[in-house]
Amino acid sequence: MYPSDRRYTKDHEWIIATGNLGRVGITDFAQKQLGDVVFVELPEVGRAVSQGQTAGTIESVKAVSELYSPATGKVVAVNPDVTSKPELVNKDPHGAWLYDIELSNPAEVENLLNNDQYTDLVK
Amino acid sequence: MNQSSTEQLKKTPLNARHRAHGARMVPFGGWDMPVEYSGIVHEHMAVRTKAGLFDVSHMGEIELAGKDALAGVQKISSNDAAKLSIGQAQYSALTTPAGTFVDDLIVYRLASEHYLLVVNAGNIDKAYKWIAEHARPVGDVAVVNSSSRYALLAVQGPEALGIVQTLTSVDLAGIKYYWFAPGEVAGVRSIISRTGYTGEDGFELFVPPASAERVWNAILDAGAGAGIVPVGLGARDTLRLEAGMHLSGQDIDETTTVLEADLGWIVGWKKTDFIGKSALDQQKSAGPGRKLVGFDMTAPGIARHGYTAHTASGEGIVTSGTQTPFLKKAIGLAYLPIEATAAGTEFDVDIRGRRVPARVVPRQFYKRSRS
Repeated sequence: MYPSDRRYTKDHEWIIATGNLGRVGITDFAQKQLGDVVFVELPEVGRAVSQGQTAGTIESVKAVSELYSPATGKVVAVNPDVTSKPELVNKDPHGAWLYDIELSNPAEVENLLNNDQYTDLVK
Repeated sequence: MNQSSTEQLKKTPLNARHRAHGARMVPFGGWDMPVEYSGIVHEHMAVRTKAGLFDVSHMGEIELAGKDALAGVQKISSNDAAKLSIGQAQYSALTTPAGTFVDDLIVYRLASEHYLLVVNAGNIDKAYKWIAEHARPVGDVAVVNSSSRYALLAVQGPEALGIVQTLTSVDLAGIKYYWFAPGEVAGVRSIISRTGYTGEDGFELFVPPASAERVWNAILDAGAGAGIVPVGLGARDTLRLEAGMHLSGQDIDETTTVLEADLGWIVGWKKTDFIGKSALDQQKSAGPGRKLVGFDMTAPGIARHGYTAHTASGEGIVTSGTQTPFLKKAIGLAYLPIEATAAGTEFDVDIRGRRVPARVVPRQFYKRSRS
């Protein structure tokens, strides 16, 4: 269910780290809790983000939730598909990435949960 | 939500049914209620295009009966209940002396000296106390909180009439909007009311709690071919907002007058008296300083309850806001200074520190086409 190619936060984000590049999204558990996602506000390219700090917001019909960055670094790309079609986050949460980070410290990602640990967290 | 608070919540007779449907349950007005089953957007679209079934048994029922029942209703309700025929219903406000809302309600005339008042779930005790305190001194009138004697189901959507008609011998097409009739539905004695809170055609069915599940199941079976789905409070909220209807406790409360809420049409101006009449008369001649308007966002962003509005004439406050599933845009309701309430007026909403442009539009965002 939760792929082993990435790490997870207790705030229900995932990150796939490849060298010093990190690709970020939210988990299937998170999208189920949110319900129908209708608006995604992502950080601007070039913005510095820190692990555990707010990087944007995601809104369902009912509520607003913060997006917390799973790692520290600089935003180098955002996914225009999810801002124009927010429902992609519900349809394919582990495929619909939100933004890419140039990681300041790739080892930081190792502190996050692996897929087994995350599965335990949300079961 | 923790376990202990869940145990204290009241449950409708359909609670186990909702859980069996896989609904996500939330506390609402002291009740354990379904917020969504298959998803808010899916449920919302089903009601706009086919049909939806709602459990609204959390709503409260208060009955007034006796020789002076009409006088009792007239005292506490802003609208003119003298206009009601037996079998007719009326939207109204339970007003404070300041002309603000204790609650909004629907008044049903069951018999010549017998009225049924439907009030909101979170306000049952407050509304009952208010009504009993103010209506009883009027004369020979009994005031009874009969909320536990009714379950209330709503069937809404373009297919609603066809679905319910298969379960009753009452000619449903003969019941006009805001009228009702007694009759059996799925073999259960009911009050069949052509009312709703979605902007669609449909019916609300008052049934005995012990028979609620039987009627619920019969409607879902009868409507399966037409695509009926159970609908939770999430879509109930987006549907009513799209239809420009007020939510008590959110858009209207004890701090907002009936006129400010743009509900002058539910005031019986020619009535001799009701609680709040002089305040409303006075505000009508002076003109209210602010008014509830509809708005849509003209740049990306969703305004939510409590956000500040900035107009050229001062600040206002957003009371409802969402991204609507059918119209697919961000809409809302806001109290704005009266100078800023004309359709087309542009203003900003402070969305978490960012000012996003919006404009005033007619409050009825969605209007169904009547055939």
